[in-house]
Amino acid sequence: MADARLALVRFRNPCRQTLESLMIEAAGLTKRYGTTLAVDDLSFSVPPGHVTGFLGPNGAGKSTTMRLILGLDAPASGSVTVSGQPYAAYRRPLFQAGALLEAKAFHGGRSARNHLLCLALSNGISPARVDKVLELVGLGSVARKRAGGFSLGMSQRLGIAAALLGDPPVLMLDEPVNGLDPEGVRWIRTLLKALAAEGRTVLLSSHLMSEMSLTADRLIIIGRGRLIAQTTVQDFLAAGSGGYVRVRSPQASALADLLTARGAAVARQAGHTLSITGASCDAIGEIARQNGFTLQELSEHQASLEERYMEFTGDSVDYRAAGGALAPGRN
Amino acid sequence: MEAETTPQISYRPLQHFGDVLRSEYCKLRSVRSTFWALSAAVAFNVAAAALLAIFLPGHLSAHDKATIDSTRLSLGGMHLSQVAIGLLGVLVITSEYGSGMIRATLAAVPQRRLMLAAKMTVFAAAAGITGILASFAAYFTFQAFLPARDALRTALSDPGVLRAVAGGGLYLAVLGLFGLGLGAILRSSAAAVAALFGALFVPQLIVTLLPASWQDTVSPYLPMQAGAAVFSVRHEAHTLAAWAGFGVFCLYAAAALGTAYALINHRDA
Repeated sequence: MADARLALVRFRNPCRQTLESLMIEAAGLTKRYGTTLAVDDLSFSVPPGHVTGFLGPNGAGKSTTMRLILGLDAPASGSVTVSGQPYAAYRRPLFQAGALLEAKAFHGGRSARNHLLCLALSNGISPARVDKVLELVGLGSVARKRAGGFSLGMSQRLGIAAALLGDPPVLMLDEPVNGLDPEGVRWIRTLLKALAAEGRTVLLSSHLMSEMSLTADRLIIIGRGRLIAQTTVQDFLAAGSGGYVRVRSPQASALADLLTARGAAVARQAGHTLSITGASCDAIGEIARQNGFTLQELSEHQASLEERYMEFTGDSVDYRAAGGALAPGRN
Repeated sequence: MEAETTPQISYRPLQHFGDVLRSEYCKLRSVRSTFWALSAAVAFNVAAAALLAIFLPGHLSAHDKATIDSTRLSLGGMHLSQVAIGLLGVLVITSEYGSGMIRATLAAVPQRRLMLAAKMTVFAAAAGITGILASFAAYFTFQAFLPARDALRTALSDPGVLRAVAGGGLYLAVLGLFGLGLGAILRSSAAAVAALFGALFVPQLIVTLLPASWQDTVSPYLPMQAGAAVFSVRHEAHTLAAWAGFGVFCLYAAAALGTAYALINHRDA
């Protein structure tokens, strides 16, 4: 189903470059609003072929960074390029990068189709393409309705349609799943993964960790405008204090004493349940067998992205980078 | 990463401007406020001309009729239609800032001055055509409703009449551009509307507080007084000649648009 729809994305892009060179590259980006440092010496790169998650608490500078990438705001210092050039240097930038910044950024009195047509015409994109992207995002049936009456979810889809107009190799979406229903969330996850699989560069900001862990395979984490980490989701999860083994047993207390004696850390929880770190499932199972304990549950838990993120950023009040390995080039 | 030479399709500036023009025309025609504002401008002009032609002749003495500027009288609806056109000029740009659409616009056309020039061109054409239409409609309505052989009657072939009627349309177009310029500077509908109508009506009130000799020196150069010269046939000692007055009025609009043009590349969107 999703694949059939994706076929519509295919569109001859006259500005298409070799995919290897397509990416977003920021170097020392700094942006000040009055006395507030919104973005502070931020350097990162977003490689093609991946969905890169842009994570950070509200006010961390994610949206500001996206505006800087698009040349909407001018940095106090530093630079950022899209496929090797500043975004604003492109004459038909919709073919280079598509962006969704705010969901409701349209004139409420204009129809969905006219809104897209106004943007498309400026880049010489045909009305036929407008109809195609409207179908692609599932707004075909309401294309001629006033966009002002759209729900938040429909507005997000309209914003995504605008980003896809030029079939760009680079996509930037700021909180695209806000307001989408579960079907919509699933749709955009499939879409973004498929676009990345085609070799495109996808930068996706969100503060919904669970969604991010399902969609993104790389992460850029910022806090207070500074880079905290630039890594893959896998490495990020693995580098944390990580998982634990959960055990439920009627002899929980005796088992806990035995495991503690062997150097494992055991946290006792309600209902004869233990959370154990420092011992593997195999080892715990063997100890239980040797001592004739009954095990009602023995399961391994990996830290979720959310837990890992909280562990990583929550401790340090000022979000200072915790480890050299995760924040190359900073100390 | 080394910046590879980008295989851009060959760049043709005129074609680019044409694309942006089409985009701005699409924006203008796809919102209802455009239709309402332009219709209102015509309707105010025509309605006022009809009412003036029906009720005024009975109240004027023969001397009044001989000295009054009958052509300007027929354009009495301009007081209202200028509000409609001025509002539209402001909204053409501030509605984009108000909704956030401006960021989508500038992401599609990072050449901000090109976008502003296209917006100006499209609006000027729409306002100019509508203004001239409204002006001629008012003139002919006025003539049609006047009693036969009334002394207020004029012909387009009379000296200055054709220029004044066409000038009414030009006045409306330039007034709208003045609003567009203020809108682009202030980026807020409320602020720009206040500034536009403040600039038109307030100086007139302030000038009345000045000594009489100063009034005669200053008032011809106030925006509305200067602009009104182009749709007047009779010029008094202390008003500017038609095109001189229109030129001064254009300078106000040009100052606003020039400031907007200078600022737009230096501000965060």
